[in-house]
Amino acid sequence: MDGDQGAGTGGQGFGIGARMTRREDHRLLHGKGRFVADIRMHGMLEMAFLRSPLAHARITSVTKPDGAADRVFTAADLVGVSGIRADSGLPGFKSSVQPILAETKVRHVGEPIAACLAVSRARAEDLAELVDVGFEEIAAVHDLKRARDQSAPLLHDHWGENVFLESAVDIDFADAIKDAASVVTRRYQTARQCMAPIEGRGLVAVWDRTLEVLTLHSATQMPHIVRTGLAGCLGLEHGQIRVVAPDVGGGFGYKGILLAEEVCAGFLAMKLDRPIRWIEDRREHLTGNANCREHYYEVTGYAAADGELLAVDCSAIVDSGAYSAYPFSACLESAQVASILPGPYKMRGYRCKTWSVATNKPPILPFRGVARTGVCFAMESMMDALARDLGITPAAIRHRNLVEAAEMPFTNITNKYFDSGDYREALSRAVEAIDIDAIRAEQKAQTGRSRIGVGLSVFCEQGAHGTSVYHGWGIPMVPGFEQATARLTPDGGLELRVGVHSHGQGLETSLAQIAHDRLGIAPDKIKVVHGDTAYTPYSTGTWGSRCIVMAGGAVAAACDALAERIKGIAGHLLQGEADAVTLSGGQAMIGSAAVSVEEVGRTWYLKPQLLPDDVDPRGLEATEGYKTTQDTGTFSYACHAVKVRVDLDLGHVELLDYVVVEDAGTMINPAIVDGQVLGGTVQGIGTALHEGMPFDAAGQPLASTLADYHMPVASDMPAIRLIHMETPSPLSRFGQKGIGESGAIGPPAAIANAVNDALAGFGAEVAHLPITPERVLAALAEASAREGAS
Amino acid sequence: MKPVAFQHRFPADLQDAIASLGAGASPVAGNQSLGPMLNLRLARPSMLVDLASLEALRAVTETASHVRLGARITHAEIEDGEVPDPTGGWLRAAAGNIAYRAVRNRGTLGGSLCHADPAADWVIVMTTLGATAILHGPGGERRMPVGDLITGPYRTALGEGEILTAVEIARPGPGARWGYWKYVRQTGDFAKASAAVYVDTGRDECRCVIGALGRQPLRLADPEGLLDGSISPSEAVARALPDQSAASLAQHVVALSRAIAQAQAHSQSQAGGDAS
Repeated sequence: MDGDQGAGTGGQGFGIGARMTRREDHRLLHGKGRFVADIRMHGMLEMAFLRSPLAHARITSVTKPDGAADRVFTAADLVGVSGIRADSGLPGFKSSVQPILAETKVRHVGEPIAACLAVSRARAEDLAELVDVGFEEIAAVHDLKRARDQSAPLLHDHWGENVFLESAVDIDFADAIKDAASVVTRRYQTARQCMAPIEGRGLVAVWDRTLEVLTLHSATQMPHIVRTGLAGCLGLEHGQIRVVAPDVGGGFGYKGILLAEEVCAGFLAMKLDRPIRWIEDRREHLTGNANCREHYYEVTGYAAADGELLAVDCSAIVDSGAYSAYPFSACLESAQVASILPGPYKMRGYRCKTWSVATNKPPILPFRGVARTGVCFAMESMMDALARDLGITPAAIRHRNLVEAAEMPFTNITNKYFDSGDYREALSRAVEAIDIDAIRAEQKAQTGRSRIGVGLSVFCEQGAHGTSVYHGWGIPMVPGFEQATARLTPDGGLELRVGVHSHGQGLETSLAQIAHDRLGIAPDKIKVVHGDTAYTPYSTGTWGSRCIVMAGGAVAAACDALAERIKGIAGHLLQGEADAVTLSGGQAMIGSAAVSVEEVGRTWYLKPQLLPDDVDPRGLEATEGYKTTQDTGTFSYACHAVKVRVDLDLGHVELLDYVVVEDAGTMINPAIVDGQVLGGTVQGIGTALHEGMPFDAAGQPLASTLADYHMPVASDMPAIRLIHMETPSPLSRFGQKGIGESGAIGPPAAIANAVNDALAGFGAEVAHLPITPERVLAALAEASAREGAS
Repeated sequence: MKPVAFQHRFPADLQDAIASLGAGASPVAGNQSLGPMLNLRLARPSMLVDLASLEALRAVTETASHVRLGARITHAEIEDGEVPDPTGGWLRAAAGNIAYRAVRNRGTLGGSLCHADPAADWVIVMTTLGATAILHGPGGERRMPVGDLITGPYRTALGEGEILTAVEIARPGPGARWGYWKYVRQTGDFAKASAAVYVDTGRDECRCVIGALGRQPLRLADPEGLLDGSISPSEAVARALPDQSAASLAQHVVALSRAIAQAQAHSQSQAGGDAS
């Protein structure tokens, strides 16, 4: 274990724990960011796609418009290009090949069939309209629950079924349920969502004849992974591809995916020797590309009379869509479901079966929180149902079963290693902050046609998990050591080069804070270089709440190595031993003798005659790799508590108060942690109440614009109250934990529980996200019909 | 999505605009509804006849009995009180809840009525007020109630080459009352249900109207009965809308109940105002 646990948490200055204003914000808030759509190049052509209007069909013919053979390209033109494969090594996984342009069959609405090039996007769309495609429509698989029916049409004919992967786990289940006093079964469903970052995908592909290098400027959060995937599909060497991710307007997982559009643009840029640009529009984004979240759970909880959770039994179906997307594959979600459903609780037995089914929808992609949002909704809703059945409070059943602080570190029933924390304390603080006692008193006095309710959700989130975890899932991408380069410049500045990407995470600030902590160089002299495979060490990129732990650890390691180099040169200049040199405030010192770090840089680069021949020839640039002390991940955790008012006539749910108690371990920059948690919570509120992409029986997506796909809006958000706990992780360099996804996990569960609390007097429960007015009214009507029948 | 290519014409005057509206041409004012439809290629006019240059469509005139608002008056101008509101605040309040301020800055009264979105605010409010649409076309001027102008979802009685130039609103009589309530899930959304009530005994007008129905606003029979309580909102809505889903019915009942309650509260506050 490293010796920096909890270092510098005083929050002073610029170092670890300082609430520094984000340095990148000046650029971004003044409209000076440079996004893909800001890039224009001489001779550039715009690309638009003819996309499938049908969810499932055989293609019988594709006819290019007259005279447009050199501007319209179909699958037959993509000579030497391979489709996208993302296979899992898990036993039984069935492989799919996602075509770059569909040739024989389309499997979801929006699948690209022809790429059309013109000097403007409008003209390219004109061309796309003129491409004539003959289809033989096939019945669509539009419902995850019907995908395994005997009569269901097959997406991938040679599979013989529509299942990417089936899994089963049984840990002492039969023994555990023997003493059950309460058994409740519920069915929960989450909606198919779209990530909807403010910027969609976009790219400019350019072929450099001289260097024979294809440069792909792409709105991606994982440039190195895109490069690896692209090289495979195009049959190029890695050295022939450079991926540049400029400013990126939010990612949330969608921008970690290798897109067919990227492969297609890369091929055409090389073939035509002209820059090709594609800017995804919101309709393409919503209907054809950015899909996530759709799960179905049948879950049974078994509890003893005293509230002890004995076991959980679950069957879960993940709607994986038509293809296995690169690099996370079609099975990441179901693998997560099986392994994290038990949440932060202790239990004696556990059984879970999962199916990742193929449907005629775009591939499911990992969205902030990945499977955790659905899992937390299912598990935490079920916990409340158990509590109601047992006649104990939601807080009591959680308190009874949460892993205790004294048990940390704790290995749970699915072998997750909870590194540190006090889950019960988070629960207690949330219960107190939302003031459940006052809400109960208020509920007793209710009359009229609305009801208030309070709901809780507790969860923990694995972040920065590494090699063994991902190798176990067998997907194409396995993170190893995270590397960073630290380079002192001749004027005493510091360049940090990292392979992760910052697109809202504030890494240009927080990584500089870590470097400042190690080297004492002022933050305004530290430059964080990211988003370019030519400049940065290989990295799997920004995903999985990993950057502050992994890139933060790598930056610290590289800075420590650089510090030794600085000390070596300073030792020469101070005529003392390197070991005796200390670094502080931009000065290298031996006792009262000092030389500035700037002078050290100037000497190495510009005045080498001052240094002896036996000086360390590696100079003032160091690349170091970092892993956590074990790669099972840091576990941040949180308790969300929400107070709602439900209008019994409209079915409208209003959020009256919202509390988040969370623990990110040592906070490198508390303001950034606040921002991450708040932003995530708002996205989770969208999942809970608003966002859903419905499909009809023909597989047609029904929300093709933001007028129909409802995002949460700022003016309707409650004032979310954040309460921090700060328990260092024993696994990470400074005790920090990944927190990027946490906020988006808790809201659906907490809000559903609050709505169900409000409706408890009517015997009504909602179990389907988003919680629309129609679903609330239907739950009330169903309860009322049940009442009438009994 | 980018629009299909179109010509963009700025006519010299109203007659020129009317003459320009041949087959395939579409008038455009604030472009807040047509713009997205162009981008999605749902609307494919060969020419946009831009009314932005026609100052005549921004005219505001007042008489003892009426206020006439030019069709190009924006929602924001009504919201901000930059034009007279004969209802003493109802129009301003309705305008201030249309979509977002960015839309209100450019969106126009006339454009909203001609677009005839069933969930749009002016469509139901002007119908309920009994406002008059003033149209100019090749055949000269026509007048008709806004309730007759809107003939269905996104459909109007505008003829070939006809332009809505102004909306005329009568000054309510003494003691007139009104209410308007719409259910939007989030700020800026289109209404899921809406209802408006207008009672002007001096001018012998009484209307209860429900909107956001996927058709033009529906005037309920027996508005007096609704107001005096002899028929309940749920009875009236169920009778008028036999085919709506239970949830939609429930939401419209709430909208109607709350619009009626507003009108009644309005009456009381007016009475209170008179007393002081």
